[in-house]
Amino acid sequence: MNQALEALPANYVLVVKKDCPTCTLIEPVIRALAGNTALSLKVYVQDDPSFPANLDGVIDDSSLEYSYQREIEVVPTLIRLTDGNDAQSEESRIYGWDKEQWQSFTRIEGLGAELVNFKPGCGSKTQDPGMSEVLALRFGRQILQARCVELAEAEDIMEACYDRGWSDGLPVVPPTPLRVMRMLNGSARDAAEIVGKAPPDNVPCTIEKIAINAVMAGCKPEYFPVVIASVEAALQDRFCMHGLLCTTYFSSPVMIVNGPIIKQIGMNSGINALGQGNRANATIGRALQLIIRNVGGGVPGGIDRANMGNPGKYTYCFAEDEVDENWQSLAIDRGFERKDSVISLFAGDGLQPILDQQSRTPQSLAKSMAMSLRSVAHTKLFGIADAILVVCPEHRRVFREGGWNKEDLRTALYEELMTPGAEIIRGANDIAEGMPAQLKDKMLNKFRDDGLHIVTTGGTAGMFSAIIGGWVASGERGSQLTSQKI
Amino acid sequence: MQSTTTLLDPTAELQSAARQLLPRLQSIAGATVGLLDISKPRGKEFLDEVQKHLEEAGAKVKRYSKPTFTRVAPTELTQKISVECDAVIEGLAD
Repeated sequence: MNQALEALPANYVLVVKKDCPTCTLIEPVIRALAGNTALSLKVYVQDDPSFPANLDGVIDDSSLEYSYQREIEVVPTLIRLTDGNDAQSEESRIYGWDKEQWQSFTRIEGLGAELVNFKPGCGSKTQDPGMSEVLALRFGRQILQARCVELAEAEDIMEACYDRGWSDGLPVVPPTPLRVMRMLNGSARDAAEIVGKAPPDNVPCTIEKIAINAVMAGCKPEYFPVVIASVEAALQDRFCMHGLLCTTYFSSPVMIVNGPIIKQIGMNSGINALGQGNRANATIGRALQLIIRNVGGGVPGGIDRANMGNPGKYTYCFAEDEVDENWQSLAIDRGFERKDSVISLFAGDGLQPILDQQSRTPQSLAKSMAMSLRSVAHTKLFGIADAILVVCPEHRRVFREGGWNKEDLRTALYEELMTPGAEIIRGANDIAEGMPAQLKDKMLNKFRDDGLHIVTTGGTAGMFSAIIGGWVASGERGSQLTSQKI
Repeated sequence: MQSTTTLLDPTAELQSAARQLLPRLQSIAGATVGLLDISKPRGKEFLDEVQKHLEEAGAKVKRYSKPTFTRVAPTELTQKISVECDAVIEGLAD
């Protein structure tokens, strides 16, 4: 029985490339194996089918199809097949050059005796940067399901994206299949997975559609998990994306990122954190807006009824400055841990500065901030719009040096913002706008419970904090700050 | 390269992949319709006839012409038509 088995010719496959010193080193070995009648050998060459010179039957694999299907990572790779009739069945493989290993693997004593004992191989061409997605598109399982839009030869690719209504007004990166494949590789999620239903059209939103829009927004694949999390947050019922899109008010999603991901993908939580110039901040915020536009069908003048909107509807995403470990981050406020990466979505509008360059005590600064916070929506409207107080690093320092933590600030603001109803009811101060008259004898707070959030960001110079006012349908009847782990 | 001419549709694919036409007028009664003469011989006679029919249907008609049929209309002219008209008919005389 054993004798019969050994009598069968062994079948081998060798994958090499000429541009590999180890492959050229073992050229005499390849010739020896090819000339050995006791075995059969097929040689696949990734870059130059004239290598090894004057050897018959070398197979050109410059398309890399065979190498891709065989999952070759290193050249040379020598594979022993279990059965000559079944070219697909692999028994085992070795790679690089290890003289003893090759001799026992081929059962040929003295093979390559004249060569060095050991020389590691090189990377297979299938492993070249960017190549895996190219090969997956060409030879792999069909992953992309989205409809292909073929452009006419004369069409300008950038203009074509505008013409089809895919843009927010700024140029988009054309979503080619290759770019989308690369984006999908930024996450382990299945392209076909449905994350939820995108408003306003309430259509299933797949990971693939998110990837296409993330490409258009200009995201790098490493941002993709953050974009996915932002969509997951936006589609939660408590965020009320549908209503937020429809509103005639200014608001739109504002995104705050916390945790290790900030440094991993290079987000800005420092100078100009809410401004232009950082690719991650800019494109993550834009991606969600494009998803609502393109997948959800939410277009200004259509379902989006904002009377003015706000510039943040292009993109509104920033990272929190977490350098002060004794000052709780927003994510920790929301029940996450420091090691968690989290994105929080807030239905908010533009940025209102709080300039205070004189306060040197927490008490003065808290009062100062509270006074400015009254302006959210209208100084006489209480409990209808949430807000984010964006504390700048210099103001945080004033609190910390005065011995305050974030909870102390929150408590002080709450107390400062208690107001007799009589001062803010309709007609008070000769202003028709205000709270209903029946609240005249009540004490009211500017913000509902859990309606004032505090984050820190910005450069280290400038005693300028800020307010991001919230949607006037804040709370359970509308939108609540929604955090999602990335 | 193939990838420069094939894009993946970012939308929910509820509409045709072809470029969408602008919304059509529901009725031409009361609408301002521009007639653009491309300056080919006999175009005027043809557009006179079209104008008659449009006015019978209650449309207001404005007439335009471009300098030569061999070139696309100047930008100033297309802007003028888009500001002044609800719809435009471009007359071909061949």
